[in-house]
Amino acid sequence: MFFYLVRRVLYAIPIALAVGFVCFMLVQIAPGDPINAIVPPDAPQEVVEQVRRDYGLDQPLPVQFGLWLWKVVQGDLGRSLATGRPVWSDLSSAIANTLTLAAMASLIGFVLGCLLGGLAGTYRGSLIDRVAVTSAVAGVSVPHYWLGMVLVVIFSVQLNLLPAMGAGPGGSADWAWDWEHFQHLILPAATLSVIPMGIVTRTVRGIVAEIMNQEFVTALRGKGLTSRGVFLHVVKNASPNVIAVMGLQLGYLMGGSILVETVFSWPGTGLLLNSAIFQRDLPVLQGTILVLAMFFVALNLVVDLVQTALDPRIKRA
Amino acid sequence: MSSTAAAAELAVQAKQAALYRSEGYWAGVWKRLRRDPVTIVCALILLAMLVVIVFAPLFAPHDPYQGSMIRRLRPIGTENYPLGTDELGRDMLSRLIYGGRLSWFMGILPVALAFVIGTTLGVTAGFVGGKVNMLIMRVTDVFYAFPSVLLAVAISGALGAGILNAILALTLVFIPPIIRVAESVTTGVRNLDFVDAARASGASALTIVRVHVLGNVLGPIFIYATSLISVCMILASGLSFLGLGTRPPEPEWGLMLNTLRTAIYVQPWVAVLPGACIFVTSICFNLVSDGLRQAMDVKG
Repeated sequence: MFFYLVRRVLYAIPIALAVGFVCFMLVQIAPGDPINAIVPPDAPQEVVEQVRRDYGLDQPLPVQFGLWLWKVVQGDLGRSLATGRPVWSDLSSAIANTLTLAAMASLIGFVLGCLLGGLAGTYRGSLIDRVAVTSAVAGVSVPHYWLGMVLVVIFSVQLNLLPAMGAGPGGSADWAWDWEHFQHLILPAATLSVIPMGIVTRTVRGIVAEIMNQEFVTALRGKGLTSRGVFLHVVKNASPNVIAVMGLQLGYLMGGSILVETVFSWPGTGLLLNSAIFQRDLPVLQGTILVLAMFFVALNLVVDLVQTALDPRIKRA
Repeated sequence: MSSTAAAAELAVQAKQAALYRSEGYWAGVWKRLRRDPVTIVCALILLAMLVVIVFAPLFAPHDPYQGSMIRRLRPIGTENYPLGTDELGRDMLSRLIYGGRLSWFMGILPVALAFVIGTTLGVTAGFVGGKVNMLIMRVTDVFYAFPSVLLAVAISGALGAGILNAILALTLVFIPPIIRVAESVTTGVRNLDFVDAARASGASALTIVRVHVLGNVLGPIFIYATSLISVCMILASGLSFLGLGTRPPEPEWGLMLNTLRTAIYVQPWVAVLPGACIFVTSICFNLVSDGLRQAMDVKG
């Protein structure tokens, strides 16, 4: 186990470096001189040249990558073009907000998905199975940004029950754990939860159905184990794979919430990305994507380790 | 047992044998498909949509670009404008019909491109193995480290708005998953006996791939690619929704959702129509893909 752990962590390092390289290249593939991503377009020529030297932009690309990486490792993601503040200062609060939203959405999605998928896998061909399959297909097929709009139309415009914008009263961007703020979380979290709900339902249904077909379940029943006891055995066998899928889904939600955050003006990384794209604020774009991708790499690592700890059989070579 | 009964039995057996002989793989697929009403209905819906958007000028009652300030945001059911009008007074029905063209195009083209590129790379990695496999698969791993929405937004956000950039970004998003599927099925086929037999009989690597490998791997990869169309359509419209894909005044479902977003307090049900189109198309593609997977008996 220890060697597996070390090997898996070591393997994550080149991946993280390569992910960093892709993020670095984002600014390079952007049309125009990358210097325009650092100085405002109306800066005098001497200043441009000065900044070019300071940032090492007159150096060859690999050296530039090294310099950039060195800064990133120290926590310096550069400065925003639009606000002039360090990227990290805006990013840190946005990440907290996105994490809140993604955690809430996963909670809803995972609970519903496990429930529906488990029932559907146990009672194949029943009414609940058909409901589960239908809602799973609908969940993965629905454009969630549109679902968000529909929920706003129903719950905010028609029924006037829940707020449609922002994270707090008056559309404020500061999050706190009270009912006033919680109301603002309900619609975006419900919207975002349909994707993991669909995928977890589908996965759990497949896994549970496969386990129920195995002989050991018949044997357990045959020896007179209660259905609760059988259920515990099924859970134990299903959990490694289900947890892996759920972990990845949490990562996808972190990265994929940009559309839903835009619909609800939720002050997270998605909204930050959106405004960065509109203002062509490349340092913010690059920093946000880097941090989200690194989070995903780390999550992948944790999922692999947890999965292996739960089921030593999958200790891969 | 009388001899006539035995003869009848033989005749039935012969008939069944003849049936089996005449039934090729595709006939079997078609037979299974016919018994699957959900797939058939979804395929028909998609076909009908395709006809309508291809022959858009015949079906659209109005010019999709022609607006009018005096008939902005009319409700569904307005005379002459059955689905109402948008924020610039343009006919919604016509814009939805014309909008399907770009939405379909941007949903299918990136997957088709990724299918060609991803299959080439994946089959190469799987068949050649060794260092080539290492190189291709490790690069694929890196792109797997990005959630797909994030990667699409990152690339098209850096490149700037525009249809071509969006298509490029989406193609890049779908190449890695197709490579993975192609590589794994090719690795499975490569070690089968008939490939060894072909090699022993002196067939060149290219011949083996063309004759023996592709025929066995294209089906599963194709099925997988069809399941990506619905994701791609949602992502493509999502990019337009963020202002990264199509640009106004071009009709496209995602962009229409974006520009109508402010109208949800005035004409909520008109504003959500483009999304309903995306939803119906995407769910139909998903169900047809599932149906094909079962009919073609592809695992995974």
